[in-house]
This record gives sequence, structure tokens and C-alpha cells, in this order.
Amino acid sequence: MNDTIAAISTKLGVGAISIIRVSGSKSIEIVNSIFKGKDLTKVDSHTINYGYINNGVEDLDEVLVSVMRSPKTFTRENIVEINCHGGISTTLSILDLIVEKGARLAEPGEFTKRAFLNGRIDLTQAESVMDLIESKTDQSRKLALSSLEGSLKKYIQTFRNKLKHLLANIEVNIDYPEYYDIEEVTKEELKETIKILKEDLTNLIKKSEERQILKNGIKTIIIGRPNVGKSSILNNLLKEEKAIVTDIEGTTRDIVEGSIMFDGIELSLIDTAGIRETDNLAEKIGVEKSLSLINEANLIITVLNGSEELTENDLFILSQVEDKNPVIVLNKNDLPLRINKNKLKFKHIVSTNTNTLDGLTPLKEEIKKMFKLEEISEDDYTYLANNRQLTLAKKSLQSLKDAEESFENNAPIDIVEVDLKEVFELLGNITGENYNDELLDELFANFCVGK
Amino acid sequence: MIKLKYEIIVVGGGHAGIEASLASSRMNHKTLLVTGNIDNIADMPCNPSIGGPAKGIVVREIDALGGEMAKNTDKSSLQMKMLNTKKGPAVRALRAQADKVIYKKEMLNTLQNQENLTIKEGLVKELIIENNKASGVILENGETISSKAVILTTGTYLRGAILVGSEKTNGGPHGEKPSNYLSPFLKKIGFNIIRLKTGTPPRIEKSSVDFSKLQVERGSSEDITFSYDNKTALAYKYQLPCYLIYTNAETKKIIQNHLKESSMYGGYVEGVGPRYCPSIEDKIVRFSDKERHQLFLEPESIYYDDLYLQGFSTSMPHYVQEQMVHSLKGLEHAKILKYAYAIEYDAIDPKQIKPTLETKIIDNLYTAGQINGTSGYEEAAGQGLMAGINASLKIDNRKPLVLKRNESYIGVLIDDLVTKGVKDPYRLLTSRAEYRLLLRDDNADLRLREYGHEIGLIKDDIYKNFLQKKKNIEELTNLLKEEKITPKESINNILKELNTSPLKDSISLYDLLKRTEISIEDLFNFKNLNYKDEVLKEVEINIKYEGYIKKSMEEAKKMLELENKIIPEDIDYKNIPNIASEAREKLEEIRPLTLGQASRISGVNPSDIAIISIYLKKRGA
Repeated sequence: MNDTIAAISTKLGVGAISIIRVSGSKSIEIVNSIFKGKDLTKVDSHTINYGYINNGVEDLDEVLVSVMRSPKTFTRENIVEINCHGGISTTLSILDLIVEKGARLAEPGEFTKRAFLNGRIDLTQAESVMDLIESKTDQSRKLALSSLEGSLKKYIQTFRNKLKHLLANIEVNIDYPEYYDIEEVTKEELKETIKILKEDLTNLIKKSEERQILKNGIKTIIIGRPNVGKSSILNNLLKEEKAIVTDIEGTTRDIVEGSIMFDGIELSLIDTAGIRETDNLAEKIGVEKSLSLINEANLIITVLNGSEELTENDLFILSQVEDKNPVIVLNKNDLPLRINKNKLKFKHIVSTNTNTLDGLTPLKEEIKKMFKLEEISEDDYTYLANNRQLTLAKKSLQSLKDAEESFENNAPIDIVEVDLKEVFELLGNITGENYNDELLDELFANFCVGK
Repeated sequence: MIKLKYEIIVVGGGHAGIEASLASSRMNHKTLLVTGNIDNIADMPCNPSIGGPAKGIVVREIDALGGEMAKNTDKSSLQMKMLNTKKGPAVRALRAQADKVIYKKEMLNTLQNQENLTIKEGLVKELIIENNKASGVILENGETISSKAVILTTGTYLRGAILVGSEKTNGGPHGEKPSNYLSPFLKKIGFNIIRLKTGTPPRIEKSSVDFSKLQVERGSSEDITFSYDNKTALAYKYQLPCYLIYTNAETKKIIQNHLKESSMYGGYVEGVGPRYCPSIEDKIVRFSDKERHQLFLEPESIYYDDLYLQGFSTSMPHYVQEQMVHSLKGLEHAKILKYAYAIEYDAIDPKQIKPTLETKIIDNLYTAGQINGTSGYEEAAGQGLMAGINASLKIDNRKPLVLKRNESYIGVLIDDLVTKGVKDPYRLLTSRAEYRLLLRDDNADLRLREYGHEIGLIKDDIYKNFLQKKKNIEELTNLLKEEKITPKESINNILKELNTSPLKDSISLYDLLKRTEISIEDLFNFKNLNYKDEVLKEVEINIKYEGYIKKSMEEAKKMLELENKIIPEDIDYKNIPNIASEAREKLEEIRPLTLGQASRISGVNPSDIAIISIYLKKRGA
């Protein structure tokens, strides 16, 4: 049997209550040995019990303990959850005590892993739980929950069923070549199905990539030559919105100034050195860093001083972001405009100032529009939730394209099918379904063949 | 040590038993073939055809390894047809209509002239087992015969029973005695016995059929043979046709009205029937919206007047069968020579055998064919051959021959059986092979002849021809790579005539052949290619589908990596933490030999494989 694992399952320091979760065959026994209150080994399953945690010398904390017995639990093992009230240090002491009594500290994601291994949840659900744990914002939390309920799974299944039916039909034509009543899969049919599947999959991937940005936060950089108001914009954004994190461990070259919550979406703001063409070596390195950040960013805010004419440095910066769909901010709109807007060939241009309270509103509105934040807050939560799924989906799309190409080159149906089968299998890998005998089952269920 | 009269005993003279006994006697082992009735050796109790998708490729593989089925089919064919010619190189398959009388006669002749092989009539009652090792048989008459290994190929005879309507008769298809003692014995020594069912349609008297109402189905006009070593094909003009018929509303009504009288729907059958071979009543019930079902009338022999009504297998009582047959257009006045019946028989759970076809329970005991839960002459023959080969190799203390999934359909078949078991009688289908682009009709010799030679079933002269073929293929491939054509007017004119775009730069014939519209024969316009057809075709397929073949090979390579990770026989899955409990159960039951095999067990997930893999690594360290 599995050993018993324990971990603090709430974010430390956030909120007044911390929960310690213990899972495994000995979980009830272990917690009972440090609990002052009812005998937990005798209480009903799925009950909450009031009492104290005692280390043998003194009461550490006043707690509520939930006892949930196998198998109707998340991991299908016995689970005990302790709601602690005593703050970070008390919670940590209680956890130490539990480990002292025979539990082991859980590795990250181990509860989910157990749920998966014990057949409680499938692979997509398992991944969603990981996402849920790691998600920082409400939007991404909803995303994770929706996958958990299997909306992605359902979607992929519909997709696979279309393909499965087509494949079974091709197979039946091959294995029973002389059954004239079973229609041969026609070229038109094949072409049409491939086309539809390709569109669906492309949409799913696009949508998911956008959502990935949401989940991880929109990586935002603000660039502009010195003294155009970059820092004021940054500071005002941070001041106005609730800054939730002040330092994130990222790649060493990222200097994350802070994150802000923005209608439920996280903007990770990266500060960059002021960009200008330079011969100074040290400065050059800084500039190159900034330029490479441009390629990684999801959102580029390019700040110009609207009250001055464009300088050569401005033009250089604009040339660097030309094809990156930036927001061009004409700052200092409390002063007369000296830039000809019509000459700027950009889609998103806003005028702002950092002197008034709502001076940055146009910028925020534009960002919302760009990331379609209104639409997202609606009900569509069918996306590929992580990189593994996304990679598989992209591979599937490539195989679909290969199938289309073979088809257009008049390759025989068996050859076209090679790629289609691969798509079928890859999609099965996303949901963790077994490919094995599915096709055969489909074949015999839907086609009347046999001697 | 006493010298035994026989080293290997094969029980059963069907398609599995024949290949098994020929293989072992040809590998220089004194072999005894025990059969209930010599007259039924090589009998085809069901359809009069051999081959078809996947199955036809098995017949080729048998030939490549040195078996007999292909050669014997060539001797007895009534029609040859290459199927799926337009659907791709991998799914092309040959099928022969075979004369049942000639097939039997020729095969018996081969067996009787085989050195080291003795045929004996008798029914086996029990096995002699010493130190958990099969070492002979005891016949129902009490006679004991010793041997070093036993191969069971009992077909439908283990507690066989014929079902027609509510009637059940114990025995074989021709009224033979069933084998009533062997399967209880097998059960006693630890085999899980399963009960399976299959069926066969009625036979119709040819002279009573109105052929003017039927559609004629002919074979292929080009000369084709099953065996790589036989080049004399049955000429097209001598081929006999088959005929296409359809059921109609009347047939459907009759069946629906009498449904409860069939053995199947009347509840008289215990065995599980094959999904791919449903009875006509099954088809009517399961596909009730279909207006009609397709049937074929096929010739059984030039020596008698029976036609086989393919697609019409049923377990209805005789009088209903009469009505059903007479409802068919062209068969209004047809005379039924032999009524359709269902047949039930015992088989063992194939999860209890190893990939070598030796049982896990008793050493030196091998099983092949229907006893392993398969159906079909070709599936039986393929297993029989492998059982014969492996029993011989084991006696000689040589390494067993286990064909892999990327090498042969026989390998796919056996791996499926021992890894997944069966729920209904197992039939090979092309869809069961994941690398079917590698398992083609045209390259079975290239895949397997080497093995055949190594184990001694392919003689040196035949092997020399094969090496020559291989050499020619290589030579021609290189030639096409080296030979270039340039964008001259004369060349472009020829290309225009071939309906392909003219050249701008020079190009090798190899690359030209990659164009869909260009065949290897078209290249004769530029270069004299003096090679045999089989060489030309092989090279053409290899070049045209190069990308896809490579892709399949890559995938096969990935599979082989897992396949090469051996799981030690003494592994205790209880000691491996974190495997899902369902997976653990399955692994303990099947005890796969490799990680590859483990990964194909249903219920064993990739995460379990990863965990076992890590465990093995730690253990190995």
C-alpha cells in the first residue's frame, strides 16, 4: 500500500486559515494521535470535528478536522484535513508533528498523482488539478475547473469520434473489399472531413494559446526612449491596480517590476532599459536585452512623448516593434499634440497622461479590447490546458496537414490513412484514452460485414 | 537413454496440425500426426477460399518461412483474385478460391511423402506429463505414445457440438466423434477453458440455381501465385467465377418470424460467436434498417456440385433454411445439399500461452489454431507453423523464433492472442497491424526468408534465388538513382505523352518515379530495365512510398526499444509501488516478457509502464 503523505494545501500566509491535508492508509491514525477531541478513528466518514492539536506538552492550535474515508475521497485513500487558525508558524509546527508521527511530506502534485493512479481521475483531469493549484487568478481557476469537469475531454472526444467513424469506414473497405453495399469513403467525403477537422483543431489551438497567456499572465513590456513617461505609467498602473506580487522568480534576465490584476487577468510588467541606438558597450548590452524581450512579450506598450516631435530614437524603437502589434501610447496628452497620428501605421494608438486619475483609462480599455477580455469572461472554457496537450494538438494538426497533402497528391487511401490514424492516436494521448481496440469496436458496431 | 520412436506428437490434422507436423519433420524430428480421421486431413469445413485481406499476407509469410499452405493452394486454386489493388500497396491481398477435394488430396500426398512424418488415426484422451513437461499422449483406446513435445491443434473437436435450431448433436462437422476427454483433462491440469462458437452457411446444388439472375464475379486476369517459388499460375480462362446475390424483404420477414427457432436466439448456444462472422439472423437483428444483405455463391470443387452460400450462415432449423434460401432471387428452386449449422467447441485462454506458443502451464506443450481462440484456416496454419518451429527449436536447445509486430502478421496475431486474450474467435484484420505499410503482400519473403533459412525450412537452392532477388532490388534501386534524364526536347516530349510535367532541370529516374502518375514501366522509355516483375514492383513501391515507409520504420523502432526491455520472469508486481491496481492484476495474469508487451495490455497505462521502467532500472543497478 501507499505510504501516508501530508502537505499544507493552502497558500501560506494568504488568508486566515491554512489547511493541512493528509492522505494514505495511516492518515486518520496519525492525526488522531495528536488530536484532542473525539476519537477520529471512530467518527463517521465525511464529518468535521472540533478540537485541539496537542504535541504532548501543550495545545498548539484550535482546529477543525475533516475525516474522509476511502474510497469516496479525492485520492481514493483515507484523507484527513486540518483547518488551522494559528498562522504560518503554527501551521508549520503542526505539519512537522504529523511527519514526526509517520507521514511523509508530499511532493508537489502528489495528491493528484495518487488520484490519477488510483483511477479517480483521468489524465486531463489530473492536469487540470495541477493547473488549479498553480493558477493565480480567477480566470485561470475557472479554466482549470472547467477542464476538470471534462469539457475539453468531451470536445476532443467529439472530434475523435468524427475521425473514428471515417477511419472505421476506410478500414471496413479494406478488410471487406467486396461488400458493395458499404459505401467506399469518397474523395469528397475525405476532403471535407479533413477540412472541418483542420479548422476545428486550428481554432482550438489558437484559443488555447491565447488562454495560456491568460493563465501565465500577460507578459507586458513598456518601452520607449528615456523621459517619455514610461516609469510614471508603470508606477501609476501598479498604484491604481492591486499589485499582487512584487518579485517573481523568472529567468534571470527578466526584471519583473510587478504584476497587476486587471479584470481578473494578470499583467506581468517587465521593465526595460530605455532603448536608443548606442555605441556604449554596457548600454548596448542593456538595449539588446530589451530587444530580445520584445520577442517574448505578449503585450508591448510603446511609449512616445506626444508633446514632442518623433526623434530618431523613437523611429528606431517603432521599427523594432513594427510587426509585433504593439499599443502605441502618446503620453502627456495634457500638452499639445506634436505627433502626426496618421503617419503612425499602427492599429492600436491611445493618448494618455499620468497626471490625472483616469489618464491611463484609454490604455486599459485598449488592452481589454486586444485580449478580448469581455468575451473571455463568458462561458467557453474548452481549451488545451497545458503545454503537453498543446504540443500534442499541434502535432495532430501537422499530421492532418500531411494527410491533406498526400490526399492532394493522389496517394492511395491506405497512405492517407497513415496520417489520419496518427491524428486519432495523438488526440487519444491528450485525453489519455487507449487506442487499442477502439477502431475495431467501431467497425463491427457500425458495419454489417462477415461471411 | 531410451530412443523414442517420436520426438514430437501433433494432435489434429487441420491446417494448424499440418504446418506443425511438416515443420517439425522437416527440421529433422521424428513426428507423429494423430488425427481422428485421415480422410479429414486438410479439410476446409467452411468457406472454399484461402487468403483475403491480412490473411492472404499470412499465407505469403507461411511460404516465406517454409510452410506448405501457399504451395498447396496454388495446386488447387479455382480462381485467384488480387484485392484492394487501388487502395494502397500495404493492403493489397491475394485470395484464392480453392478446390476442397484437390486441396485435401494434394496435402495428404505431401504429408505421406514427408520424411520423418507418420500419420496415425486416434483420439487423444490425456497427455503424459512428467516433471511438468509434456512427454507423450494417451489415446482413448489406452495406447500410450511417448515424445519430447506435444502440439495440440484440436480445432473444433474439443467437446464439439453441432447446433441446428433446437437440436444439438455432439460431434464434428461431418458427423465425426468429438474429443470428449481432452478438454476436461486440460482443465484439470490448470487451463482455463472457454467455449466458442462459429457457424457455416448452407451448400446449394449448382444445377438447381438460375444463374441468369445472378451477377458474375471473376478473378484477376494476370497470372498470380501464392508461393514465391511456384511460377505456374492457373490461367484466367480456367478460373471459375463466383456469383453475387442479395437478400430481400421476403428473406428478412422469414428470419424475423422464425427468430426464436434459431439456436442462437432460442438460447441453445453457450459459446461466444465471432463478431466478424455474424449469422444472417444476427445481421437482420443488429442492422434492421438495412434493406438487403450481400451474399456470394462460391464453387467448392470441380468434383462435386456444391456451391457455398457465403454470408448466409445460420442456426435455423432445416425447414426455415429452405424458406430462407428459396426467398433469394435465382435460388427459388435451389436444392440445399447441406444445411447450415453452428458449431460449439472448447478452447483455452490464450493468455496462458507464451509468444512461442508453448503453454505457461506445462513445458514442451504447444497449442495452435482454434484451441487458442482463433478462427480461419490461415490463422491456424500460421500458428501451427510457429508451434512446429518452436517445439523443434526447443528440443534442439536452440533460441526460439518469436516474430515481432513490425515483421509479420503472424507476429501481430500471436502477440494479440497472448497479450490481450480473446472474447470471441479471433480473426486477423489489416486494422490490427500498426505497421501494415511494412507488412505487405509483396515483401513477405524479404521480411522472413532469412529466418526460414536459418531454422532450416528454406533449402539452400531456394535461398540462393532469394539472395539473387535481394541483390537485384538493390542493384535496380542504385541504377535508378544514378540514371539521370535532362530537359531535352525529346525527353520532354515523352514526358508529355506520359501526362506528366516537362523537366526544367535534370532529374534522376528515381525522383521521376516518385511522381504519382509515373509507373516503373514508364521508365522503360528512358532506360532498358531488364528485371523480373517482382523486382520491378518491389523497387517501385519502395521508391514511391519511401517517406511513409520510413515513418513506419521510425515508429516501429520506438516500439522495439520497449520491446527490447526484458521484464525478468521472477518480477513481483506487488513490490512495485504506485502501479494502478487494475494494471497490477493484468500484469500478474499475463506476465509479459517485455515492456513492449506490457504496454499493449489493456488497462495498463503509460504511467504504469513508466513506473515499471524506473523500477527495473533501479533493480538492475
